[in-house]
Amino acid sequence: MATEKVQVFSDGEFDQQVLKNTAPVLVDFWAEWCAPCKRLGPTVDALAADYEGRVVVGKLNVDDNPSTPGKYGIRGIPTLLLFKGGQVVESVVGLVQKDDLKKLIDRHV
Amino acid sequence: MSASQDVRQVIVIGSGPAGLTAALYTARANLAPLVVEGVEAGGQLMLTTAVENFPGFRDGIMGPDLMAEMRAQAERFGTEILQGDVTAVDLRERPFRITVSGREYRTQALIVATGASARLLGLPSERALMGRGVSTCATCDGYFFRDQDIGVIGGGDSAMEEATFLTRFASKVHVIHRRGELRASKIMQEKALANPKIVWTWNSEIEEIKDPAKGQVSAVVVRDRETGRRTEIPLSGVFVAIGHQPNTSLFTGQIDLDAAGYIRTHDGSRTTVPGVFACGDVQDHVYRQAVTAAGSGCMAAIDAERYLEDLAHAAHAGAGGIAAKP
Repeated sequence: MATEKVQVFSDGEFDQQVLKNTAPVLVDFWAEWCAPCKRLGPTVDALAADYEGRVVVGKLNVDDNPSTPGKYGIRGIPTLLLFKGGQVVESVVGLVQKDDLKKLIDRHV
Repeated sequence: MSASQDVRQVIVIGSGPAGLTAALYTARANLAPLVVEGVEAGGQLMLTTAVENFPGFRDGIMGPDLMAEMRAQAERFGTEILQGDVTAVDLRERPFRITVSGREYRTQALIVATGASARLLGLPSERALMGRGVSTCATCDGYFFRDQDIGVIGGGDSAMEEATFLTRFASKVHVIHRRGELRASKIMQEKALANPKIVWTWNSEIEEIKDPAKGQVSAVVVRDRETGRRTEIPLSGVFVAIGHQPNTSLFTGQIDLDAAGYIRTHDGSRTTVPGVFACGDVQDHVYRQAVTAAGSGCMAAIDAERYLEDLAHAAHAGAGGIAAKP
Protein backbone atom coordinates (compact mmCIF):
# COMPACT_ATOMS: atom_id res chain seq x y z
CA MET A 1 0.00 0.00 0.00
CA ALA A 2 1.18 3.44 -0.97
CA THR A 3 -0.28 4.88 2.23
CA GLU A 4 2.40 3.21 4.35
CA LYS A 5 4.92 5.51 2.72
CA VAL A 6 3.02 8.52 3.97
CA GLN A 7 4.06 9.74 7.40
CA VAL A 8 1.85 11.27 10.04
CA PHE A 9 3.12 14.64 11.25
CA SER A 10 2.14 16.37 14.46
CA ASP A 11 2.55 19.74 16.19
CA GLY A 12 4.76 18.18 18.84
CA GLU A 13 7.20 16.54 16.46
CA PHE A 14 6.99 18.94 13.53
CA ASP A 15 10.42 20.35 14.26
CA GLN A 16 12.05 16.95 14.18
CA GLN A 17 9.94 15.40 11.44
CA VAL A 18 9.89 18.31 9.01
CA LEU A 19 12.01 21.32 9.83
CA LYS A 20 15.19 19.44 10.74
CA ASN A 21 14.79 16.85 8.03
CA THR A 22 17.68 16.84 5.57
CA ALA A 23 15.41 15.70 2.75
CA PRO A 24 12.70 17.89 1.20
CA VAL A 25 9.39 17.31 3.00
CA LEU A 26 5.91 17.61 1.51
CA VAL A 27 3.25 18.31 4.14
CA ASP A 28 -0.44 17.78 3.37
CA PHE A 29 -2.64 19.79 5.74
CA TRP A 30 -6.00 18.07 5.91
CA ALA A 31 -9.03 17.27 8.05
CA GLU A 32 -11.63 14.54 8.23
CA TRP A 33 -14.49 16.95 7.34
CA CYS A 34 -12.74 18.38 4.29
CA ALA A 35 -14.06 16.68 1.17
CA PRO A 36 -11.49 18.13 -1.24
CA CYS A 37 -8.76 16.93 1.13
CA LYS A 38 -10.09 13.42 0.75
CA ARG A 39 -10.04 13.80 -3.01
CA LEU A 40 -6.41 14.88 -2.86
CA GLY A 41 -5.44 12.02 -0.53
CA PRO A 42 -4.74 9.39 -3.22
CA THR A 43 -2.62 11.90 -5.17
CA VAL A 44 -0.46 12.50 -2.10
CA ASP A 45 -0.20 8.75 -1.53
CA ALA A 46 0.96 8.30 -5.12
CA LEU A 47 3.55 11.06 -4.76
CA ALA A 48 4.92 9.36 -1.65
CA ALA A 49 5.45 6.21 -3.68
CA ASP A 50 6.93 8.05 -6.69
CA TYR A 51 9.41 10.04 -4.60
CA GLU A 52 10.27 7.37 -2.08
CA GLY A 53 13.80 7.90 -0.78
CA ARG A 54 14.00 11.41 -2.26
CA VAL A 55 11.14 13.36 -0.69
CA VAL A 56 9.50 12.72 2.68
CA VAL A 57 5.73 12.91 2.32
CA GLY A 58 3.35 13.21 5.24
CA LYS A 59 -0.01 14.48 6.43
CA LEU A 60 -0.89 16.78 9.26
CA ASN A 61 -4.42 16.69 10.63
CA VAL A 62 -5.36 20.30 11.38
CA ASP A 63 -8.01 19.31 13.94
CA ASP A 64 -5.51 17.45 16.08
CA ASN A 65 -2.65 19.86 15.41
CA PRO A 66 -3.89 23.46 15.34
CA SER A 67 -0.63 25.24 16.07
CA THR A 68 1.36 24.32 12.94
CA PRO A 69 -1.35 25.52 10.50
CA GLY A 70 -1.60 28.72 12.53
CA LYS A 71 2.13 29.25 12.37
CA TYR A 72 2.14 28.96 8.58
CA GLY A 73 -0.94 31.15 8.12
CA ILE A 74 -3.03 28.38 6.63
CA ARG A 75 -6.55 29.59 5.92
CA GLY A 76 -7.85 26.84 3.75
CA ILE A 77 -7.35 23.17 3.13
CA PRO A 78 -6.14 21.14 1.43
CA THR A 79 -2.87 23.05 1.51
CA LEU A 80 0.40 21.44 0.53
CA LEU A 81 3.66 22.96 1.72
CA LEU A 82 7.03 21.78 0.50
CA PHE A 83 9.82 22.34 3.03
CA LYS A 84 13.49 22.32 2.27
CA GLY A 85 16.04 23.05 4.99
CA GLY A 86 13.26 24.12 7.35
CA GLN A 87 11.90 26.72 4.89
CA VAL A 88 8.71 26.69 2.84
CA VAL A 89 9.77 26.55 -0.80
CA GLU A 90 6.43 25.77 -2.44
CA SER A 91 2.84 26.24 -1.38
CA VAL A 92 -0.30 25.00 -3.10
CA VAL A 93 -3.87 25.53 -1.96
CA GLY A 94 -6.81 23.50 -3.21
CA LEU A 95 -7.12 20.58 -5.55
CA VAL A 96 -4.24 20.08 -7.95
CA GLN A 97 -3.29 17.50 -10.52
CA LYS A 98 -0.52 15.05 -9.77
CA ASP A 99 1.47 16.17 -12.82
CA ASP A 100 1.40 19.80 -11.69
CA LEU A 101 2.57 18.81 -8.22
CA LYS A 102 5.39 16.79 -9.70
CA LYS A 103 6.57 19.83 -11.63
CA LEU A 104 6.70 21.83 -8.39
CA ILE A 105 8.54 19.12 -6.48
CA ASP A 106 10.99 18.48 -9.32
CA ARG A 107 12.29 22.05 -8.97
CA HIS A 108 13.64 21.14 -5.57
CA VAL A 109 14.95 17.58 -5.83
CA MET B 1 -10.48 -4.01 -36.05
CA SER B 2 -7.53 -3.12 -33.91
CA ALA B 3 -8.03 0.52 -34.81
CA SER B 4 -11.63 0.50 -33.68
CA GLN B 5 -10.79 -1.20 -30.41
CA ASP B 6 -9.21 1.87 -28.96
CA VAL B 7 -12.18 3.93 -30.01
CA ARG B 8 -14.68 4.22 -27.18
CA GLN B 9 -18.39 4.29 -27.70
CA VAL B 10 -18.96 6.92 -25.00
CA ILE B 11 -16.75 9.22 -22.99
CA VAL B 12 -18.28 11.31 -20.24
CA ILE B 13 -16.40 14.41 -19.12
CA GLY B 14 -17.27 15.28 -15.53
CA SER B 15 -18.27 13.29 -12.47
CA GLY B 16 -20.98 15.25 -10.71
CA PRO B 17 -24.60 14.02 -10.57
CA ALA B 18 -25.05 14.63 -14.32
CA GLY B 19 -21.88 12.83 -15.42
CA LEU B 20 -22.31 9.87 -13.10
CA THR B 21 -25.97 9.40 -14.02
CA ALA B 22 -25.03 9.50 -17.71
CA ALA B 23 -22.36 6.90 -16.91
CA LEU B 24 -24.81 4.73 -14.99
CA TYR B 25 -27.29 4.66 -17.87
CA THR B 26 -24.73 4.14 -20.64
CA ALA B 27 -23.02 1.44 -18.56
CA ARG B 28 -26.33 -0.37 -18.15
CA ALA B 29 -26.76 -0.08 -21.93
CA ASN B 30 -23.47 -1.99 -22.31
CA LEU B 31 -21.62 0.97 -23.77
CA ALA B 32 -18.70 0.66 -21.30
CA PRO B 33 -18.41 4.39 -20.64
CA LEU B 34 -15.19 6.09 -19.65
CA VAL B 35 -15.66 8.94 -17.18
CA VAL B 36 -12.92 11.54 -16.99
CA GLU B 37 -13.60 12.74 -13.49
CA GLY B 38 -11.64 15.99 -13.44
CA VAL B 39 -9.69 17.58 -10.65
CA GLU B 40 -12.94 18.71 -8.98
CA ALA B 41 -14.19 15.10 -8.98
CA GLY B 42 -17.71 14.70 -7.65
CA GLY B 43 -18.56 18.27 -8.54
CA GLN B 44 -20.10 20.97 -6.40
CA LEU B 45 -21.83 18.55 -4.04
CA MET B 46 -18.40 17.58 -2.71
CA LEU B 47 -18.29 21.01 -1.11
CA THR B 48 -21.70 20.92 0.52
CA THR B 49 -22.80 19.46 3.81
CA ALA B 50 -26.26 17.95 4.15
CA VAL B 51 -28.33 17.59 0.99
CA GLU B 52 -31.96 17.69 2.14
CA ASN B 53 -33.71 17.79 -1.22
CA PHE B 54 -32.47 14.75 -3.11
CA PRO B 55 -35.48 12.41 -3.34
CA GLY B 56 -35.11 9.10 -1.59
CA PHE B 57 -33.15 10.32 1.42
CA ARG B 58 -35.78 11.43 3.88
CA ASP B 59 -33.25 12.33 6.56
CA GLY B 60 -30.91 14.01 4.09
CA ILE B 61 -27.50 12.79 3.00
CA MET B 62 -24.07 14.43 3.07
CA GLY B 63 -23.04 15.70 -0.37
CA PRO B 64 -19.77 13.72 -0.52
CA ASP B 65 -21.59 10.55 0.60
CA LEU B 66 -24.20 11.00 -2.11
CA MET B 67 -21.45 11.33 -4.72
CA ALA B 68 -19.62 8.27 -3.41
CA GLU B 69 -22.86 6.29 -3.79
CA MET B 70 -23.43 7.54 -7.33
CA ARG B 71 -19.89 6.71 -8.29
CA ALA B 72 -20.07 3.19 -6.85
CA GLN B 73 -23.38 2.61 -8.58
CA ALA B 74 -21.97 3.70 -11.95
CA GLU B 75 -18.90 1.50 -11.43
CA ARG B 76 -21.03 -1.48 -10.51
CA PHE B 77 -22.30 -1.62 -14.09
CA GLY B 78 -18.91 -1.30 -15.73
CA THR B 79 -18.10 2.40 -15.80
CA GLU B 80 -14.39 3.06 -16.02
CA ILE B 81 -13.25 6.17 -14.16
CA LEU B 82 -10.14 8.07 -15.12
CA GLN B 83 -8.51 10.64 -12.85
CA GLY B 84 -7.28 13.88 -14.31
CA ASP B 85 -8.55 16.78 -16.34
CA VAL B 86 -9.32 16.90 -20.02
CA THR B 87 -6.85 19.36 -21.51
CA ALA B 88 -8.04 19.36 -25.11
CA VAL B 89 -11.04 18.29 -27.16
CA ASP B 90 -11.17 18.03 -30.93
CA LEU B 91 -14.72 17.70 -32.24
CA ARG B 92 -13.92 18.40 -35.89
CA GLU B 93 -12.69 14.90 -36.40
CA ARG B 94 -14.63 11.68 -35.92
CA PRO B 95 -14.28 9.76 -33.75
CA PHE B 96 -13.78 12.76 -31.45
CA ARG B 97 -10.38 13.25 -29.86
CA ILE B 98 -10.06 13.86 -26.11
CA THR B 99 -6.72 14.54 -24.43
CA VAL B 100 -6.26 13.66 -20.75
CA SER B 101 -2.88 14.25 -19.09
CA GLY B 102 -1.09 14.08 -22.45
CA ARG B 103 -2.83 10.88 -23.53
CA GLU B 104 -5.32 10.81 -26.34
CA TYR B 105 -8.64 8.99 -26.29
CA ARG B 106 -11.11 8.65 -29.13
CA THR B 107 -14.85 8.26 -28.87
CA GLN B 108 -17.93 7.98 -31.08
CA ALA B 109 -20.14 9.90 -28.65
CA LEU B 110 -19.24 12.50 -26.08
CA ILE B 111 -21.26 13.53 -23.04
CA VAL B 112 -20.23 16.86 -21.59
CA ALA B 113 -20.99 17.19 -17.87
CA THR B 114 -18.25 19.59 -16.86
CA GLY B 115 -20.54 21.61 -14.62
CA ALA B 116 -19.92 25.07 -13.29
CA SER B 117 -17.36 26.50 -10.92
CA ALA B 118 -17.54 29.31 -8.42
CA ARG B 119 -17.43 32.73 -10.02
CA LEU B 120 -14.83 35.11 -8.64
CA LEU B 121 -14.83 38.88 -8.29
CA GLY B 122 -11.86 39.19 -10.64
CA LEU B 123 -9.80 41.49 -8.42
CA PRO B 124 -6.00 41.10 -8.40
CA SER B 125 -6.07 41.18 -4.58
CA GLU B 126 -8.61 38.36 -4.57
CA ARG B 127 -6.33 36.18 -6.67
CA ALA B 128 -3.32 37.02 -4.52
CA LEU B 129 -5.10 36.05 -1.31
CA MET B 130 -6.91 32.93 -2.51
CA GLY B 131 -6.31 30.28 0.16
CA ARG B 132 -4.85 33.00 2.37
CA GLY B 133 -8.16 34.21 3.70
CA VAL B 134 -10.13 34.34 0.44
CA SER B 135 -12.20 31.24 -0.16
CA THR B 136 -15.07 29.91 -2.24
CA CYS B 137 -15.76 27.01 0.12
CA ALA B 138 -17.22 27.72 3.54
CA THR B 139 -17.39 24.07 4.54
CA CYS B 140 -13.68 23.64 3.72
CA ASP B 141 -12.26 26.76 5.24
CA GLY B 142 -14.73 28.07 7.83
CA TYR B 143 -12.85 26.19 10.52
CA PHE B 144 -9.88 28.54 10.24
CA PHE B 145 -11.94 31.58 11.22
CA ARG B 146 -13.07 30.65 14.69
CA ASP B 147 -14.06 33.73 16.74
CA GLN B 148 -13.08 36.09 13.93
CA ASP B 149 -15.01 38.54 11.75
CA ILE B 150 -15.46 37.36 8.21
CA GLY B 151 -17.31 38.47 5.11
CA VAL B 152 -19.55 36.69 2.63
CA ILE B 153 -19.97 38.32 -0.77
CA GLY B 154 -23.28 37.70 -2.55
CA GLY B 155 -27.03 37.60 -2.08
CA GLY B 156 -28.16 34.28 -3.53
CA ASP B 157 -28.90 30.90 -2.01
CA SER B 158 -25.27 29.87 -1.81
CA ALA B 159 -24.30 33.13 -0.10
CA MET B 160 -27.07 32.66 2.49
CA GLU B 161 -26.08 29.05 3.05
CA GLU B 162 -22.43 29.95 3.50
CA ALA B 163 -23.20 32.89 5.80
CA THR B 164 -25.46 30.77 7.98
CA PHE B 165 -22.95 27.93 8.08
CA LEU B 166 -20.07 30.27 8.92
CA THR B 167 -21.84 31.64 12.02
CA ARG B 168 -20.89 28.33 13.66
CA PHE B 169 -17.28 29.51 13.70
CA ALA B 170 -17.12 33.24 13.20
CA SER B 171 -17.91 35.85 15.82
CA LYS B 172 -19.61 37.95 13.14
CA VAL B 173 -20.42 37.37 9.48
CA HIS B 174 -20.76 40.44 7.25
CA VAL B 175 -22.86 39.77 4.18
CA ILE B 176 -21.90 42.25 1.49
CA HIS B 177 -24.31 42.42 -1.40
CA ARG B 178 -24.34 44.68 -4.42
CA ARG B 179 -28.11 45.06 -4.43
CA GLY B 180 -30.67 46.26 -1.91
CA GLU B 181 -32.47 42.94 -1.76
CA LEU B 182 -31.60 39.26 -1.79
CA ARG B 183 -31.99 36.88 -4.69
CA ALA B 184 -32.03 33.89 -2.35
CA SER B 185 -35.12 31.76 -1.82
CA LYS B 186 -37.50 32.79 0.95
CA ILE B 187 -36.53 29.98 3.30
CA MET B 188 -32.82 30.71 3.02
CA GLN B 189 -33.35 34.46 3.40
CA GLU B 190 -35.47 34.09 6.52
CA LYS B 191 -32.93 31.81 8.13
CA ALA B 192 -30.08 34.22 7.44
CA LEU B 193 -32.00 37.40 8.31
CA ALA B 194 -32.99 35.92 11.67
CA ASN B 195 -29.41 35.03 12.55
CA PRO B 196 -28.06 37.51 15.12
CA LYS B 197 -24.45 36.88 14.10
CA ILE B 198 -25.03 38.07 10.53
CA VAL B 199 -24.75 41.78 9.73
CA TRP B 200 -25.64 43.27 6.38
CA THR B 201 -24.01 45.72 4.01
CA TRP B 202 -26.35 46.50 1.13
CA ASN B 203 -25.81 48.10 -2.29
CA SER B 204 -22.08 47.73 -1.99
CA GLU B 205 -19.35 46.44 -4.23
CA ILE B 206 -15.97 45.13 -3.19
CA GLU B 207 -13.22 47.31 -4.62
CA GLU B 208 -10.25 45.72 -2.96
CA ILE B 209 -9.26 43.05 -0.48
CA LYS B 210 -6.42 43.95 1.87
CA ASP B 211 -3.59 43.11 2.34
CA PRO B 212 -1.77 41.13 -0.39
CA ALA B 213 1.58 42.52 0.78
CA LYS B 214 1.12 40.82 4.14
CA GLY B 215 -0.19 37.62 2.57
CA GLN B 216 -3.36 37.70 4.63
CA VAL B 217 -6.80 39.26 4.63
CA SER B 218 -7.17 42.23 6.96
CA ALA B 219 -10.08 44.18 5.46
CA VAL B 220 -12.23 44.81 2.42
CA VAL B 221 -12.81 48.16 0.80
CA VAL B 222 -16.43 48.51 -0.28
CA ARG B 223 -18.05 51.23 -2.34
CA ASP B 224 -21.68 52.16 -1.82
CA ARG B 225 -23.28 52.02 -5.26
CA GLU B 226 -25.75 54.79 -4.44
CA THR B 227 -23.60 57.32 -2.62
CA GLY B 228 -20.19 56.32 -4.01
CA ARG B 229 -18.82 56.38 -0.46
CA ARG B 230 -15.97 54.04 0.33
CA THR B 231 -15.77 52.17 3.61
CA GLU B 232 -13.19 49.79 4.93
CA ILE B 233 -14.53 46.79 6.84
CA PRO B 234 -11.93 44.92 8.93
CA LEU B 235 -12.24 41.18 8.24
CA SER B 236 -9.92 38.22 8.44
CA GLY B 237 -11.65 36.13 5.81
CA VAL B 238 -13.68 36.67 2.65
CA PHE B 239 -15.97 34.02 1.22
CA VAL B 240 -16.98 34.72 -2.36
CA ALA B 241 -20.44 33.37 -3.22
CA ILE B 242 -21.52 35.33 -6.28
CA GLY B 243 -22.68 32.44 -8.39
CA HIS B 244 -21.12 30.10 -10.86
CA GLN B 245 -19.76 30.05 -14.36
CA PRO B 246 -19.94 27.12 -16.75
CA ASN B 247 -16.78 25.14 -17.42
CA THR B 248 -16.85 25.42 -21.19
CA SER B 249 -13.48 26.85 -22.18
CA LEU B 250 -12.59 23.50 -23.83
CA PHE B 251 -15.49 23.85 -26.22
CA THR B 252 -15.30 27.49 -27.26
CA GLY B 253 -15.50 27.68 -31.03
CA GLN B 254 -16.49 24.02 -31.35
CA ILE B 255 -19.99 23.91 -29.83
CA ASP B 256 -22.55 26.68 -29.77
CA LEU B 257 -22.52 28.45 -26.40
CA ASP B 258 -24.89 31.14 -25.15
CA ALA B 259 -23.79 34.65 -24.19
CA ALA B 260 -22.99 33.54 -20.64
CA GLY B 261 -20.90 30.62 -21.90
CA TYR B 262 -23.39 27.80 -21.23
CA ILE B 263 -23.73 25.06 -23.83
CA ARG B 264 -26.90 25.43 -25.87
CA THR B 265 -28.90 22.22 -26.08
CA HIS B 266 -31.90 21.35 -28.23
CA ASP B 267 -34.23 18.34 -28.51
CA GLY B 268 -33.16 17.03 -25.13
CA SER B 269 -29.43 17.05 -24.58
CA ARG B 270 -28.23 17.54 -28.17
CA THR B 271 -25.65 20.20 -28.91
CA THR B 272 -24.82 21.77 -32.26
CA VAL B 273 -22.35 18.94 -32.92
CA PRO B 274 -24.11 15.62 -33.64
CA GLY B 275 -22.77 13.01 -31.25
CA VAL B 276 -21.98 15.54 -28.53
CA PHE B 277 -24.49 15.78 -25.69
CA ALA B 278 -24.52 18.06 -22.68
CA CYS B 279 -26.09 17.67 -19.26
CA GLY B 280 -26.06 19.26 -15.81
CA ASP B 281 -24.97 22.75 -14.85
CA VAL B 282 -22.82 23.22 -17.96
CA GLN B 283 -26.05 23.71 -19.91
CA ASP B 284 -28.43 24.82 -17.14
CA HIS B 285 -28.31 28.17 -15.39
CA VAL B 286 -31.93 28.03 -14.33
CA TYR B 287 -32.53 24.98 -12.11
CA ARG B 288 -29.01 23.92 -11.07
CA GLN B 289 -30.11 21.17 -8.68
CA ALA B 290 -28.53 17.80 -8.04
CA VAL B 291 -31.75 16.10 -9.07
CA THR B 292 -32.16 18.08 -12.30
CA ALA B 293 -28.51 17.46 -13.15
CA ALA B 294 -29.01 13.73 -12.61
CA GLY B 295 -32.18 13.84 -14.72
CA SER B 296 -30.42 15.58 -17.58
CA GLY B 297 -27.56 13.07 -17.31
CA CYS B 298 -30.09 10.33 -17.91
CA MET B 299 -31.43 12.24 -20.96
CA ALA B 300 -27.91 12.60 -22.37
CA ALA B 301 -27.26 8.88 -21.92
CA ILE B 302 -30.46 7.92 -23.73
CA ASP B 303 -29.78 10.44 -26.51
CA ALA B 304 -26.23 9.12 -26.90
CA GLU B 305 -27.48 5.55 -26.97
CA ARG B 306 -29.91 6.37 -29.82
CA TYR B 307 -27.21 8.27 -31.68
CA LEU B 308 -24.88 5.27 -31.51
CA GLU B 309 -27.65 2.94 -32.69
CA ASP B 310 -28.28 5.20 -35.70
CA LEU B 311 -24.57 5.35 -36.37
CA ALA B 312 -24.35 1.55 -36.32
CA HIS B 313 -27.32 1.25 -38.66
CA ALA B 314 -25.84 3.77 -41.07
CA ALA B 315 -22.49 1.97 -41.05
CA HIS B 316 -24.26 -1.32 -41.64
CA ALA B 317 -26.30 0.10 -44.51
CA GLY B 318 -23.16 1.73 -45.90
CA ALA B 319 -21.24 -1.55 -45.77
CA GLY B 320 -24.19 -3.35 -47.43
CA GLY B 321 -24.22 -0.77 -50.20
CA ILE B 322 -20.55 -1.28 -50.96
CA ALA B 323 -20.86 -5.06 -50.84
CA ALA B 324 -23.72 -4.93 -53.34
CA LYS B 325 -21.77 -2.78 -55.78
CA PRO B 326 -19.43 -5.02 -57.77
